[in-house]
Amino acid sequence: MQTYKLSVNGQTREVTADPGTPLLWVLREDLKMTGTKYGCGISACGACTVHLAGVATRSCVVPVSLVGNRPIVTIEGVGEDRVGRAVQDAWVAEDVVQCGYCQSGQIMSAVALLKSRRQPSDEDIEESMGGNICRCGTYVRIRNAIKTAAQQLA
Amino acid sequence: MYSDMALRGWSALLILIACLACSSTLCPAQETSQKVASTNSAAGIAAWQQVYSVLTTPRCINCHTATNYPEQGDDRHRHLFNVVRGPGGKGVAGLNCATCHQSANADSTGVPGAYNWHLAPLSMEWQDTNDGILSSTAVCQSLTDHSKSGSLDGPGIVRHHEQEPLVLWAFQPGHRRDGTARSLPPLTHEQFVAATRTWVDAGMPCPQNP
Repeated sequence: MQTYKLSVNGQTREVTADPGTPLLWVLREDLKMTGTKYGCGISACGACTVHLAGVATRSCVVPVSLVGNRPIVTIEGVGEDRVGRAVQDAWVAEDVVQCGYCQSGQIMSAVALLKSRRQPSDEDIEESMGGNICRCGTYVRIRNAIKTAAQQLA
Repeated sequence: MYSDMALRGWSALLILIACLACSSTLCPAQETSQKVASTNSAAGIAAWQQVYSVLTTPRCINCHTATNYPEQGDDRHRHLFNVVRGPGGKGVAGLNCATCHQSANADSTGVPGAYNWHLAPLSMEWQDTNDGILSSTAVCQSLTDHSKSGSLDGPGIVRHHEQEPLVLWAFQPGHRRDGTARSLPPLTHEQFVAATRTWVDAGMPCPQNP
């Protein structure tokens, strides 16, 4: 076990964990931040997406030992940011969510996309969101919400 | 004095005769030099074939594609999750290479990693657009073409093979998700670098036929 100092949503948090523990389990079990979801555990579904130094990252496959000093932003903190707020508002406006399990990961990926491309095309959205799976099939509403957020941010 | 001049004259005559003889056949000096060049070239091409055997293993070639996507696994299938190349070879926002691949292998989850994980530029493709591996000649010509190889000259290629983190990763690729070891290139890293150096020292010859 080792002790790590992590920057999570702007706050320094100290955790003691095995170096190979995925960041997801540090967030959920040690820090009790359960907004980030466990879906597949093999980076195949995107439910566990957080931002590491601004990069959308699958927290289920990142050992805590490799986080280093990169700031972490989770679904609990992404609304503090202008783009994050716009995406969350658009998600509500477009009534995207059905069961909701994958949506925190969807939002984190959408925010990363909009920070890179303020007016994404359908192709941009498909490529960027292709790794986030939704069993309820809310993809059309997700795309609409991303475009709504893009308009909001224009 | 006279004998000295006579000696010089005879020497000059002998050289002239030797050179005339060499004009139709090979003189010993030329023959030796051509033999050395031919030996160097043969050794260089043999070394290149060793280098090629490494470059075309899945650990290397999976990210030297000619398409819009990387490959995975020993069967070199298209990367899952609709991963695409993106403008800088690092994926796209929301689905970058770094979305999963960190700075080291994550053996607890089987996700491979190394510093600055990314696809090789399209100019360095070692496959065709149908994911078929290019011939030894074609890959060799690609490496020796500065416009394609990122301006790497011979010493630059040796350095690249010796130090580049993604090259080093190919020889320590970690474990798959099921805990089994990923397959390795046919040479050790030391053998690979030595073969590269031999090829470069021989003037980077390329085989004439694929």
